[in-house]
Amino acid sequence: MIGWRPALERSVVLRHDRVRRTDLLVLPERVVVLEGRAADVLRLCDGHRPVEEIVDVLAARFPGAPVTVEVPRFLHRVRQEGWLR
Amino acid sequence: MTTPASTPPPSPSPSPPWALLAELTHGCPLHCPYCSNPLELVRRSRELSAEEWGDVLRQAADLGVVHTHLSGGEPLLRPDLAAIVAAADAAGIYTQLVTSGVGLSATRLSALVSAGLRSVQLSVQHAEPVSSDRIAGHRSFAAKERAAALVREAGLPLGLNCVLHRDNLDAVDAVVDLGVAWGADRIELANTQFYGWALRNRTALLPTRDQLSHARGAVERRREQLAGTIELVWVVPDYFDGVPKPCMGGWGAVSLTVAPDGGVLPCPAAGSLPDLDVPNVRDRTLEWIWNSSPAFNRYRGTEWMSEPCRGCPRRETDFGGCRCQAHALTGEAARTDPACALSPDHALLRAVAETPRSGTTPYVYRGPGPRTRRSSRTV
Repeated sequence: MIGWRPALERSVVLRHDRVRRTDLLVLPERVVVLEGRAADVLRLCDGHRPVEEIVDVLAARFPGAPVTVEVPRFLHRVRQEGWLR
Repeated sequence: MTTPASTPPPSPSPSPPWALLAELTHGCPLHCPYCSNPLELVRRSRELSAEEWGDVLRQAADLGVVHTHLSGGEPLLRPDLAAIVAAADAAGIYTQLVTSGVGLSATRLSALVSAGLRSVQLSVQHAEPVSSDRIAGHRSFAAKERAAALVREAGLPLGLNCVLHRDNLDAVDAVVDLGVAWGADRIELANTQFYGWALRNRTALLPTRDQLSHARGAVERRREQLAGTIELVWVVPDYFDGVPKPCMGGWGAVSLTVAPDGGVLPCPAAGSLPDLDVPNVRDRTLEWIWNSSPAFNRYRGTEWMSEPCRGCPRRETDFGGCRCQAHALTGEAARTDPACALSPDHALLRAVAETPRSGTTPYVYRGPGPRTRRSSRTV
Protein backbone atom coordinates (compact mmCIF):
# COMPACT_ATOMS: atom_id res chain seq x y z
CA MET A 1 0.00 0.00 0.00
CA ILE A 2 3.14 2.20 0.12
CA GLY A 3 2.85 5.06 -2.34
CA TRP A 4 -0.76 4.28 -3.21
CA ARG A 5 -2.83 7.35 -3.92
CA PRO A 6 -6.34 5.95 -3.95
CA ALA A 7 -9.01 7.26 -6.28
CA LEU A 8 -12.47 5.99 -7.12
CA GLU A 9 -12.68 3.91 -10.27
CA ARG A 10 -14.03 5.93 -13.15
CA SER A 11 -17.30 4.01 -13.25
CA VAL A 12 -17.95 4.63 -9.55
CA VAL A 13 -19.79 7.71 -8.31
CA LEU A 14 -19.78 8.81 -4.68
CA ARG A 15 -22.83 10.92 -3.94
CA HIS A 16 -25.15 12.02 -1.22
CA ASP A 17 -28.72 10.78 -1.51
CA ARG A 18 -30.85 13.63 -0.25
CA VAL A 19 -34.04 11.57 -0.40
CA ARG A 20 -32.73 8.70 1.75
CA ARG A 21 -30.33 10.95 3.72
CA THR A 22 -27.37 8.68 3.21
CA ASP A 23 -24.20 8.47 1.13
CA LEU A 24 -23.98 6.08 -1.79
CA LEU A 25 -21.49 4.52 -4.15
CA VAL A 26 -23.21 4.14 -7.48
CA LEU A 27 -21.91 1.63 -10.03
CA PRO A 28 -23.37 0.03 -13.13
CA GLU A 29 -26.28 -2.16 -11.96
CA ARG A 30 -25.41 -1.63 -8.28
CA VAL A 31 -25.78 0.81 -5.42
CA VAL A 32 -23.75 0.53 -2.21
CA VAL A 33 -25.19 2.29 0.82
CA LEU A 34 -22.28 3.72 2.82
CA GLU A 35 -22.48 3.47 6.56
CA GLY A 36 -20.67 5.20 9.39
CA ARG A 37 -17.69 7.26 8.25
CA ALA A 38 -17.11 5.37 4.98
CA ALA A 39 -18.06 8.39 2.85
CA ASP A 40 -15.73 10.68 4.86
CA VAL A 41 -12.85 8.37 4.03
CA LEU A 42 -13.75 7.91 0.36
CA ARG A 43 -14.19 11.65 -0.21
CA LEU A 44 -10.46 12.02 0.54
CA CYS A 45 -9.55 9.51 -2.18
CA ASP A 46 -8.81 12.02 -4.91
CA GLY A 47 -5.81 10.30 -6.54
CA HIS A 48 -3.44 12.92 -5.08
CA ARG A 49 -3.37 12.10 -1.38
CA PRO A 50 -1.34 9.05 -0.36
CA VAL A 51 -2.93 6.73 2.20
CA GLU A 52 -0.74 8.15 5.01
CA GLU A 53 -2.09 11.63 4.36
CA ILE A 54 -5.69 10.38 4.32
CA VAL A 55 -5.03 8.78 7.71
CA ASP A 56 -3.53 12.05 9.04
CA VAL A 57 -6.49 14.12 7.88
CA LEU A 58 -8.96 11.72 9.48
CA ALA A 59 -6.92 11.46 12.70
CA ALA A 60 -7.10 15.24 13.04
CA ARG A 61 -10.82 15.29 12.23
CA PHE A 62 -11.83 12.39 14.50
CA PRO A 63 -9.48 12.51 17.50
CA GLY A 64 -9.26 9.22 19.36
CA ALA A 65 -10.70 7.14 16.49
CA PRO A 66 -8.63 4.07 15.53
CA VAL A 67 -7.91 5.42 12.04
CA THR A 68 -4.29 4.26 11.71
CA VAL A 69 -5.31 0.62 11.57
CA GLU A 70 -8.86 0.79 10.28
CA VAL A 71 -8.58 3.26 7.40
CA PRO A 72 -5.86 1.38 5.44
CA ARG A 73 -7.74 -1.86 6.04
CA PHE A 74 -10.99 -0.29 4.78
CA LEU A 75 -9.29 1.17 1.68
CA HIS A 76 -7.76 -2.18 0.88
CA ARG A 77 -11.16 -3.84 1.13
CA VAL A 78 -12.76 -1.27 -1.16
CA ARG A 79 -9.94 -1.76 -3.68
CA GLN A 80 -10.54 -5.50 -3.61
CA GLU A 81 -14.17 -4.84 -4.48
CA GLY A 82 -12.84 -3.01 -7.54
CA TRP A 83 -14.21 0.40 -6.55
CA LEU A 84 -10.86 2.09 -5.86
CA ARG A 85 -7.77 2.17 -7.99
CA MET B 1 -47.19 -18.90 10.20
CA THR B 2 -48.42 -15.36 10.44
CA THR B 3 -52.13 -14.95 9.87
CA PRO B 4 -53.39 -12.62 7.17
CA ALA B 5 -54.91 -10.38 9.83
CA SER B 6 -51.46 -9.42 11.11
CA THR B 7 -50.27 -8.27 7.68
CA PRO B 8 -49.65 -4.53 7.89
CA PRO B 9 -51.66 -2.37 5.49
CA PRO B 10 -49.73 -0.92 2.54
CA SER B 11 -47.53 1.88 3.80
CA PRO B 12 -49.06 5.31 3.13
CA SER B 13 -45.74 6.39 1.64
CA PRO B 14 -43.94 3.66 -0.30
CA SER B 15 -40.14 3.44 -0.25
CA PRO B 16 -38.58 5.60 -2.96
CA PRO B 17 -37.68 3.96 -6.27
CA TRP B 18 -34.02 3.23 -7.03
CA ALA B 19 -34.12 2.86 -10.80
CA LEU B 20 -35.96 4.09 -13.86
CA LEU B 21 -36.05 2.16 -17.13
CA ALA B 22 -36.50 4.76 -19.84
CA GLU B 23 -37.90 3.24 -23.02
CA LEU B 24 -36.93 6.18 -25.20
CA THR B 25 -38.39 4.62 -28.33
CA HIS B 26 -39.89 1.34 -29.44
CA GLY B 27 -38.19 1.75 -32.81
CA CYS B 28 -35.40 -0.80 -33.31
CA PRO B 29 -33.34 -2.13 -36.19
CA LEU B 30 -33.46 -5.56 -34.51
CA HIS B 31 -36.53 -7.82 -34.40
CA CYS B 32 -35.70 -10.23 -31.57
CA PRO B 33 -38.52 -12.72 -31.05
CA TYR B 34 -38.33 -12.31 -27.23
CA CYS B 35 -38.34 -8.49 -27.17
CA SER B 36 -39.48 -7.06 -23.83
CA ASN B 37 -41.41 -4.28 -25.57
CA PRO B 38 -45.18 -4.76 -25.66
CA LEU B 39 -46.92 -6.37 -28.64
CA GLU B 40 -48.52 -2.97 -29.30
CA LEU B 41 -45.49 -0.82 -30.01
CA VAL B 42 -45.68 2.95 -29.44
CA ARG B 43 -45.45 4.97 -32.67
CA ARG B 44 -42.52 7.37 -33.08
CA SER B 45 -44.90 10.33 -33.37
CA ARG B 46 -46.19 9.77 -29.83
CA GLU B 47 -42.74 9.71 -28.20
CA LEU B 48 -41.85 12.12 -25.41
CA SER B 49 -39.53 14.95 -26.49
CA ALA B 50 -36.07 15.41 -24.98
CA GLU B 51 -37.52 18.28 -22.91
CA GLU B 52 -40.23 16.02 -21.56
CA TRP B 53 -37.66 13.34 -20.73
CA GLY B 54 -35.54 15.97 -18.96
CA ASP B 55 -38.53 16.88 -16.82
CA VAL B 56 -39.30 13.20 -16.07
CA LEU B 57 -35.69 12.58 -15.02
CA ARG B 58 -35.59 15.62 -12.74
CA GLN B 59 -38.82 14.46 -11.10
CA ALA B 60 -37.34 10.96 -10.82
CA ALA B 61 -34.23 12.29 -9.07
CA ASP B 62 -36.41 14.20 -6.61
CA LEU B 63 -38.29 10.99 -5.95
CA GLY B 64 -35.07 9.07 -5.14
CA VAL B 65 -34.11 7.46 -8.46
CA VAL B 66 -30.36 6.81 -8.60
CA HIS B 67 -29.97 4.80 -11.83
CA THR B 68 -31.52 5.20 -15.23
CA HIS B 69 -31.27 2.61 -17.97
CA LEU B 70 -31.68 4.42 -21.26
CA SER B 71 -33.22 1.76 -23.39
CA GLY B 72 -35.74 1.15 -26.16
CA GLY B 73 -36.17 -0.30 -28.71
CA GLU B 74 -32.87 1.13 -29.76
CA PRO B 75 -32.16 4.40 -27.91
CA LEU B 76 -29.53 5.39 -30.49
CA LEU B 77 -32.39 5.97 -32.93
CA ARG B 78 -33.08 9.17 -30.99
CA PRO B 79 -30.96 11.99 -32.39
CA ASP B 80 -31.51 13.91 -29.12
CA LEU B 81 -30.12 11.10 -26.92
CA ALA B 82 -27.15 13.18 -25.68
CA ALA B 83 -29.54 15.88 -24.41
CA ILE B 84 -31.46 13.22 -22.46
CA VAL B 85 -28.21 11.82 -20.98
CA ALA B 86 -27.17 15.35 -20.01
CA ALA B 87 -30.50 15.98 -18.28
CA ALA B 88 -30.19 12.76 -16.28
CA ASP B 89 -26.61 13.52 -15.32
CA ALA B 90 -27.46 17.09 -14.31
CA ALA B 91 -30.20 15.68 -12.08
CA GLY B 92 -27.59 13.45 -10.40
CA ILE B 93 -28.80 10.18 -11.96
CA TYR B 94 -26.28 7.52 -13.06
CA THR B 95 -26.85 6.73 -16.73
CA GLN B 96 -26.46 3.41 -18.50
CA LEU B 97 -27.10 3.02 -22.22
CA VAL B 98 -28.84 -0.25 -23.11
CA THR B 99 -28.18 -0.80 -26.79
CA SER B 100 -27.97 -3.26 -29.66
CA GLY B 101 -24.80 -1.44 -30.70
CA VAL B 102 -26.29 -0.62 -34.10
CA GLY B 103 -25.69 3.07 -34.79
CA LEU B 104 -22.90 3.59 -32.24
CA SER B 105 -20.00 5.48 -33.85
CA ALA B 106 -16.95 6.99 -32.17
CA THR B 107 -18.43 10.47 -32.63
CA ARG B 108 -21.77 9.44 -31.21
CA LEU B 109 -20.21 7.75 -28.18
CA SER B 110 -17.91 10.67 -27.52
CA ALA B 111 -20.90 13.05 -27.46
CA LEU B 112 -22.73 10.74 -25.05
CA VAL B 113 -19.69 10.46 -22.75
CA SER B 114 -19.32 14.25 -22.76
CA ALA B 115 -22.99 14.48 -21.79
CA GLY B 116 -22.31 12.25 -18.77
CA LEU B 117 -22.91 8.67 -19.91
CA ARG B 118 -21.41 6.29 -17.32
CA SER B 119 -21.79 2.78 -18.67
CA VAL B 120 -23.04 0.69 -21.56
CA GLN B 121 -24.93 -2.57 -21.73
CA LEU B 122 -24.66 -4.20 -25.13
CA SER B 123 -26.91 -7.01 -26.34
CA VAL B 124 -25.74 -10.00 -28.32
CA GLN B 125 -27.99 -12.79 -29.55
CA HIS B 126 -25.44 -15.60 -30.00
CA ALA B 127 -21.65 -16.00 -30.02
CA GLU B 128 -21.63 -16.89 -33.73
CA PRO B 129 -22.26 -13.99 -36.13
CA VAL B 130 -24.65 -15.86 -38.43
CA SER B 131 -26.77 -17.19 -35.57
CA SER B 132 -26.76 -13.85 -33.76
CA ASP B 133 -27.96 -12.08 -36.91
CA ARG B 134 -30.63 -14.69 -37.52
CA ILE B 135 -32.05 -14.45 -34.00
CA ALA B 136 -31.94 -10.64 -34.15
CA GLY B 137 -33.63 -10.65 -37.56
CA HIS B 138 -31.04 -8.12 -38.69
CA ARG B 139 -27.39 -8.22 -39.74
CA SER B 140 -25.98 -6.62 -36.61
CA PHE B 141 -23.16 -8.75 -35.17
CA ALA B 142 -20.33 -6.76 -36.79
CA ALA B 143 -21.80 -3.50 -35.45
CA LYS B 144 -21.94 -5.03 -31.98
CA GLU B 145 -18.29 -6.03 -32.12
CA ARG B 146 -17.34 -2.49 -33.19
CA ALA B 147 -19.53 -0.99 -30.47
CA ALA B 148 -17.85 -3.11 -27.79
CA ALA B 149 -14.42 -1.93 -28.94
CA LEU B 150 -15.54 1.71 -28.91
CA VAL B 151 -16.92 1.42 -25.39
CA ARG B 152 -13.65 -0.11 -24.19
CA GLU B 153 -11.61 2.59 -25.93
CA ALA B 154 -13.74 5.22 -24.22
CA GLY B 155 -12.93 3.58 -20.87
CA LEU B 156 -16.55 2.95 -19.94
CA PRO B 157 -17.65 -0.20 -18.14
CA LEU B 158 -19.17 -2.68 -20.57
CA GLY B 159 -21.91 -5.16 -19.79
CA LEU B 160 -22.79 -7.84 -22.33
CA ASN B 161 -26.35 -9.11 -22.21
CA CYS B 162 -27.52 -12.27 -23.91
CA VAL B 163 -31.11 -13.46 -23.65
CA LEU B 164 -31.01 -17.26 -23.51
CA HIS B 165 -33.39 -19.71 -25.15
CA ARG B 166 -33.45 -22.99 -27.06
CA ASP B 167 -31.33 -21.69 -29.95
CA ASN B 168 -28.38 -20.37 -27.93
CA LEU B 169 -28.34 -22.12 -24.53
CA ASP B 170 -25.96 -24.76 -25.88
CA ALA B 171 -23.53 -21.97 -26.83
CA VAL B 172 -23.40 -20.40 -23.39
CA ASP B 173 -19.68 -21.15 -23.01
CA ALA B 174 -18.99 -19.45 -26.32
CA VAL B 175 -21.06 -16.42 -25.24
CA VAL B 176 -18.91 -16.13 -22.12
CA ASP B 177 -15.77 -16.42 -24.29
CA LEU B 178 -17.15 -13.65 -26.48
CA GLY B 179 -17.71 -11.42 -23.45
CA VAL B 180 -14.12 -12.03 -22.34
CA ALA B 181 -12.79 -11.31 -25.84
CA TRP B 182 -14.84 -8.12 -26.13
CA GLY B 183 -13.59 -6.86 -22.75
CA ALA B 184 -16.87 -7.00 -20.84
CA ASP B 185 -16.82 -6.27 -17.10
CA ARG B 186 -20.11 -8.04 -16.64
CA ILE B 187 -21.88 -10.74 -18.62
CA GLU B 188 -25.58 -11.15 -18.07
CA LEU B 189 -27.04 -14.45 -19.23
CA ALA B 190 -30.75 -13.89 -18.96
CA ASN B 191 -33.08 -16.79 -19.54
CA THR B 192 -36.13 -15.75 -21.56
CA GLN B 193 -39.12 -14.64 -19.52
CA PHE B 194 -42.27 -15.62 -21.33
CA TYR B 195 -44.66 -12.77 -21.88
CA GLY B 196 -45.38 -10.46 -24.79
CA TRP B 197 -43.24 -11.37 -27.80
CA ALA B 198 -41.53 -14.23 -26.00
CA LEU B 199 -44.86 -15.80 -25.06
CA ARG B 200 -45.94 -15.55 -28.68
CA ASN B 201 -42.68 -17.37 -29.58
CA ARG B 202 -42.71 -19.80 -26.68
CA THR B 203 -42.83 -22.94 -28.79
CA ALA B 204 -39.71 -21.85 -30.65
CA LEU B 205 -37.83 -20.45 -27.64
CA LEU B 206 -38.59 -22.74 -24.73
CA PRO B 207 -35.50 -24.83 -23.92
CA THR B 208 -35.38 -28.38 -22.68
CA ARG B 209 -34.59 -29.25 -19.09
CA ASP B 210 -31.36 -30.91 -20.30
CA GLN B 211 -30.18 -27.80 -22.11
CA LEU B 212 -30.79 -25.72 -19.02
CA SER B 213 -28.99 -28.05 -16.69
CA HIS B 214 -25.92 -28.19 -18.95
CA ALA B 215 -25.88 -24.41 -19.34
CA ARG B 216 -26.26 -23.92 -15.61
CA GLY B 217 -23.26 -26.18 -14.99
CA ALA B 218 -21.19 -24.33 -17.56
CA VAL B 219 -22.05 -20.98 -15.99
CA GLU B 220 -21.06 -22.23 -12.54
CA ARG B 221 -17.69 -23.40 -13.86
CA ARG B 222 -17.04 -20.15 -15.70
CA ARG B 223 -18.09 -18.07 -12.73
CA GLU B 224 -15.48 -19.80 -10.58
CA GLN B 225 -12.87 -19.38 -13.28
CA LEU B 226 -13.62 -15.67 -13.81
CA ALA B 227 -14.10 -14.76 -10.14
CA GLY B 228 -12.62 -11.37 -9.37
CA THR B 229 -12.35 -10.36 -13.04
CA ILE B 230 -15.71 -10.56 -14.76
CA GLU B 231 -19.08 -10.68 -13.07
CA LEU B 232 -21.23 -13.46 -14.49
CA VAL B 233 -24.96 -13.07 -13.91
CA TRP B 234 -27.40 -15.92 -14.54
CA VAL B 235 -31.03 -14.82 -14.62
CA VAL B 236 -32.94 -17.97 -13.73
CA PRO B 237 -35.62 -19.51 -15.91
CA ASP B 238 -38.87 -19.89 -14.00
CA TYR B 239 -40.66 -22.64 -15.97
CA PHE B 240 -38.57 -25.49 -14.62
CA ASP B 241 -37.82 -25.15 -10.92
CA GLY B 242 -41.24 -24.69 -9.38
CA VAL B 243 -40.06 -21.46 -7.79
CA PRO B 244 -41.40 -18.10 -8.99
CA LYS B 245 -39.05 -15.20 -9.55
CA PRO B 246 -39.32 -12.18 -7.24
CA CYS B 247 -40.51 -10.15 -10.20
CA MET B 248 -39.07 -6.59 -10.21
CA GLY B 249 -38.26 -7.00 -6.50
CA GLY B 250 -41.96 -6.48 -5.88
CA TRP B 251 -44.63 -4.43 -7.63
CA GLY B 252 -43.84 -0.72 -7.36
CA ALA B 253 -41.09 -1.47 -4.85
CA VAL B 254 -37.74 -0.83 -6.51
CA SER B 255 -38.11 0.56 -10.00
CA LEU B 256 -40.40 1.96 -12.63
CA THR B 257 -40.58 1.89 -16.41
CA VAL B 258 -41.47 4.92 -18.50
CA ALA B 259 -42.72 3.96 -21.97
CA PRO B 260 -41.91 6.07 -25.07
CA ASP B 261 -45.28 7.87 -24.85
CA GLY B 262 -44.90 8.73 -21.16
CA GLY B 263 -46.95 5.85 -19.77
CA VAL B 264 -45.50 4.74 -16.43
CA LEU B 265 -45.51 1.09 -15.41
CA PRO B 266 -44.14 -1.06 -12.57
CA CYS B 267 -42.47 -3.25 -15.22
CA PRO B 268 -42.04 -3.22 -19.01
CA ALA B 269 -44.73 -5.88 -19.49
CA ALA B 270 -47.41 -4.50 -17.18
CA GLY B 271 -49.14 -2.64 -20.00
CA SER B 272 -50.57 -6.01 -21.01
CA LEU B 273 -52.68 -6.20 -17.83
CA PRO B 274 -56.32 -5.26 -18.41
CA ASP B 275 -57.90 -2.29 -16.62
CA LEU B 276 -54.58 -1.12 -15.20
CA ASP B 277 -55.35 2.48 -16.20
CA VAL B 278 -51.73 3.28 -16.98
CA PRO B 279 -50.78 6.70 -15.57
CA ASN B 280 -48.89 9.08 -17.85
CA VAL B 281 -46.28 11.73 -17.09
CA ARG B 282 -48.09 14.01 -19.54
CA ASP B 283 -51.07 14.12 -17.13
CA ARG B 284 -49.63 13.53 -13.68
CA THR B 285 -46.48 14.09 -11.62
CA LEU B 286 -44.15 11.14 -11.20
CA GLU B 287 -44.50 11.58 -7.44
CA TRP B 288 -48.28 11.02 -7.65
CA ILE B 289 -47.81 8.12 -10.02
CA TRP B 290 -45.31 6.33 -7.74
CA ASN B 291 -46.95 7.07 -4.41
CA SER B 292 -50.66 7.38 -5.10
CA SER B 293 -51.73 6.01 -8.48
CA PRO B 294 -54.07 3.02 -8.38
CA ALA B 295 -51.82 1.26 -10.92
CA PHE B 296 -48.74 1.36 -8.67
CA ASN B 297 -50.70 0.44 -5.55
CA ARG B 298 -52.68 -2.41 -7.04
CA TYR B 299 -50.22 -5.21 -6.22
CA ARG B 300 -48.02 -3.43 -3.71
CA GLY B 301 -47.26 -5.19 -0.44
CA THR B 302 -49.17 -8.37 0.40
CA GLU B 303 -52.77 -7.22 0.98
CA TRP B 304 -53.90 -8.05 -2.56
CA MET B 305 -52.75 -11.66 -2.28
CA SER B 306 -55.00 -14.65 -2.08
CA GLU B 307 -54.07 -18.17 -1.04
CA PRO B 308 -51.64 -19.86 -1.32
CA CYS B 309 -49.54 -16.64 -1.31
CA ARG B 310 -51.37 -14.95 1.52
CA GLY B 311 -50.23 -17.35 4.23
CA CYS B 312 -46.96 -18.31 2.57
CA PRO B 313 -43.64 -17.78 4.39
CA ARG B 314 -42.10 -16.75 1.07
CA ARG B 315 -44.61 -13.99 0.31
CA GLU B 316 -42.09 -11.25 1.16
CA THR B 317 -39.34 -13.11 -0.73
CA ASP B 318 -40.96 -13.69 -4.12
CA PHE B 319 -44.00 -11.39 -3.82
CA GLY B 320 -46.19 -14.03 -5.39
CA GLY B 321 -44.05 -14.06 -8.55
CA CYS B 322 -45.01 -12.19 -11.68
CA ARG B 323 -48.41 -10.51 -12.19
CA CYS B 324 -48.03 -10.45 -15.96
CA GLN B 325 -47.29 -14.17 -16.08
CA ALA B 326 -50.23 -14.93 -13.79
CA HIS B 327 -52.48 -12.93 -16.10
CA ALA B 328 -51.05 -14.35 -19.32
CA LEU B 329 -51.47 -17.96 -18.21
CA THR B 330 -54.56 -17.90 -15.99
CA GLY B 331 -56.41 -14.77 -17.11
CA GLU B 332 -56.22 -13.33 -13.58
CA ALA B 333 -53.34 -11.09 -12.59
CA ALA B 334 -53.89 -11.46 -8.83
CA ARG B 335 -53.52 -15.24 -8.83
CA THR B 336 -50.32 -16.93 -7.66
CA ASP B 337 -47.76 -17.07 -10.46
CA PRO B 338 -48.19 -20.52 -12.06
CA ALA B 339 -44.39 -20.84 -11.96
CA CYS B 340 -44.82 -21.63 -8.26
CA ALA B 341 -45.18 -25.33 -7.44
CA LEU B 342 -47.77 -24.31 -4.83
CA SER B 343 -49.97 -22.59 -7.40
CA PRO B 344 -53.19 -24.44 -8.26
CA ASP B 345 -52.37 -23.54 -11.88
CA HIS B 346 -48.84 -24.95 -11.82
CA ALA B 347 -49.89 -27.89 -14.02
CA LEU B 348 -50.52 -25.44 -16.87
CA LEU B 349 -46.92 -24.44 -16.95
CA ARG B 350 -45.58 -27.87 -16.12
CA ALA B 351 -47.37 -29.31 -19.14
CA VAL B 352 -45.71 -26.74 -21.39
CA ALA B 353 -42.26 -27.20 -19.83
CA GLU B 354 -42.35 -30.99 -20.17
CA THR B 355 -43.75 -31.15 -23.71
CA PRO B 356 -41.19 -32.93 -25.87
CA ARG B 357 -39.67 -30.56 -28.40
CA SER B 358 -38.45 -31.49 -31.81
CA GLY B 359 -38.17 -29.99 -35.25
CA THR B 360 -38.22 -26.30 -35.89
CA THR B 361 -40.75 -23.60 -35.33
CA PRO B 362 -40.31 -20.32 -37.16
CA TYR B 363 -40.01 -17.12 -35.11
CA VAL B 364 -42.62 -14.43 -35.17
CA TYR B 365 -40.18 -11.56 -35.30
CA ARG B 366 -40.93 -8.43 -33.30
CA GLY B 367 -42.22 -5.62 -35.42
CA PRO B 368 -45.31 -3.57 -36.15
CA GLY B 369 -48.23 -5.83 -37.17
CA PRO B 370 -48.26 -6.03 -40.96
CA ARG B 371 -44.46 -6.00 -41.26
CA THR B 372 -43.99 -8.94 -38.91
CA ARG B 373 -41.72 -11.37 -40.71
CA ARG B 374 -41.14 -15.06 -40.31
CA SER B 375 -37.81 -16.80 -40.40
CA SER B 376 -36.67 -20.09 -41.71
CA ARG B 377 -34.73 -21.62 -38.86
CA THR B 378 -31.40 -23.06 -39.78
CA VAL B 379 -29.68 -23.58 -36.44
